[in-house]
Amino acid sequence: MGPVSATAYAWQLGECLLAIALAPLFAGWVGQCRAWLQNRSAPPLWQPYRVLRKLFHKDAALATHASWLFRLAPYAVFATMVVAAAIVPSVTTELPLARVADAIALVGVFATGRVFMSLAAMDVGTAFGSMGARREMMIGFLTEPALLMVLFSAFLAFGSTALPRVVEVVLRQPHIMLHPSLFFAAVAFVMVLLAENARLPVDNPTTHLELTMIHESMTLEYSGRHLALIEWAAWLKLFNYACIGFTLFMPWGIALHGAGPGLLALAIGALAAKLAVAGAALALLESVTAKLRLFRAPEFLTMAFLLAVLGLLVHLLLEV
Amino acid sequence: MAHLSLATQVIQMLAGALLLISFAMLAERRSRRLLILLVWQGAVLVASTLLVASTAHLTHLFYSAALTLVLKVCVLPWILFRLMRKLGIERDNEPLVNLPTLMLVGLALVIFAFGLAQPVSALATTVLRDTLGIALAVILLSFLMILARRKAFTQVIGFLSLENGLFFAATSTTYGMPMVVELGMALDLLVAVFIFGIFFFHIREQFDSLDLDQLESLKED
Repeated sequence: MGPVSATAYAWQLGECLLAIALAPLFAGWVGQCRAWLQNRSAPPLWQPYRVLRKLFHKDAALATHASWLFRLAPYAVFATMVVAAAIVPSVTTELPLARVADAIALVGVFATGRVFMSLAAMDVGTAFGSMGARREMMIGFLTEPALLMVLFSAFLAFGSTALPRVVEVVLRQPHIMLHPSLFFAAVAFVMVLLAENARLPVDNPTTHLELTMIHESMTLEYSGRHLALIEWAAWLKLFNYACIGFTLFMPWGIALHGAGPGLLALAIGALAAKLAVAGAALALLESVTAKLRLFRAPEFLTMAFLLAVLGLLVHLLLEV
Repeated sequence: MAHLSLATQVIQMLAGALLLISFAMLAERRSRRLLILLVWQGAVLVASTLLVASTAHLTHLFYSAALTLVLKVCVLPWILFRLMRKLGIERDNEPLVNLPTLMLVGLALVIFAFGLAQPVSALATTVLRDTLGIALAVILLSFLMILARRKAFTQVIGFLSLENGLFFAATSTTYGMPMVVELGMALDLLVAVFIFGIFFFHIREQFDSLDLDQLESLKED
């Protein structure tokens, strides 16, 4: 990479804003696909934006015992997701901030968001909040090693821990290389994505049954702008995970260092296409799987971890 | 790694898929889905055999791919599906004891198989010699599946998956076995599945279940 110019920072800022703006749209698309697959009439694509507008117009009600932590948490969670969006190359690899933090730091950023969310859920002292927080920490404790293993097998295949560098390595090589190890990593990654973003089969994002909730039970005490930020952060997290998946397993279309505005427009189009396909696939996956009992979730995530380790082994056998 | 042709890379990918399916079979509780996974394993095997045949220009491998397609993707699963419906175990849900431990043992087996195959595959001359480790791993995982299961039906599926692993080992190291051997094995498998079918009915008649733990009680009470 060359010296960091003002344009690079402009691209960085633009990419962050694009992620923030597109994340609700992606969530809306997934919701729409799910509704179609379940034979319901679908909400419009911009439903999440309407939800956000409604929530921002409402007053935030706070519990009597809520401390500063409870009020700080939505902003902190949202901020961590924006930082994550800054590190993950979604349309361009020209990301000055990504040099500071590689993908291992990215896992740490996600963990920070989770810690804030769980602490805030425990802060008010309701039963559901602390139950959800504990479940969330359990899921997080199981997904993190699996995610790290997925990232490690990608790094072994491409020789770098920085996500923009991975994209450059893949896109600049002269002929197509298939990596059997990444096949395993991709399956493990999808399992991690489902668990981390509170999707079926681990958690149901649209549930109204408190006893099975994980993510939703942590947000029960929030309202108004706080709830809006938390929802937005959850959508951003899903968007970020989708973009990590694209970076590792199908980076085609992302604009490389030094690309012009034409290529950038192409990259945005490619991102939109990939998101459309990924959202439909996610909705399909969620429609055909039944929710696991909470005590089966560790089994599911152990499987993800082992598949990722298997990916590393296959790399050592076939690709060295 | 850099100079592999696209066909070889695709075959390696398919080998990876075989291993993945073996692990999925190890973790699958439902008999019905287990059988579907077996069909997929057969299909992947056919695809890889076809690719090996076309890259190495070997006619007899085309025949054995066709044999695999007919036998392992169509006939055997069809027989097993019918058996499953007759026995009324389509929705059977087999309890697995301690799945994470089972998976860890499976992982250890994979490491063992890869280590074991390394010196052997160094001697082989085919383009696919690296996949011998995967073939061995599939065989060992099928063994593990047979050991860990308690129902006769799932053990038979484990047996068929074992045979798939052997077949893959043969194609990857020596470009397949002689046609006589392969035909003999195919016939054996077919007969074996018929006999298994008869056994299923006998076991169920005697013990009212296909759970093999009950075979251990020798006295009638």
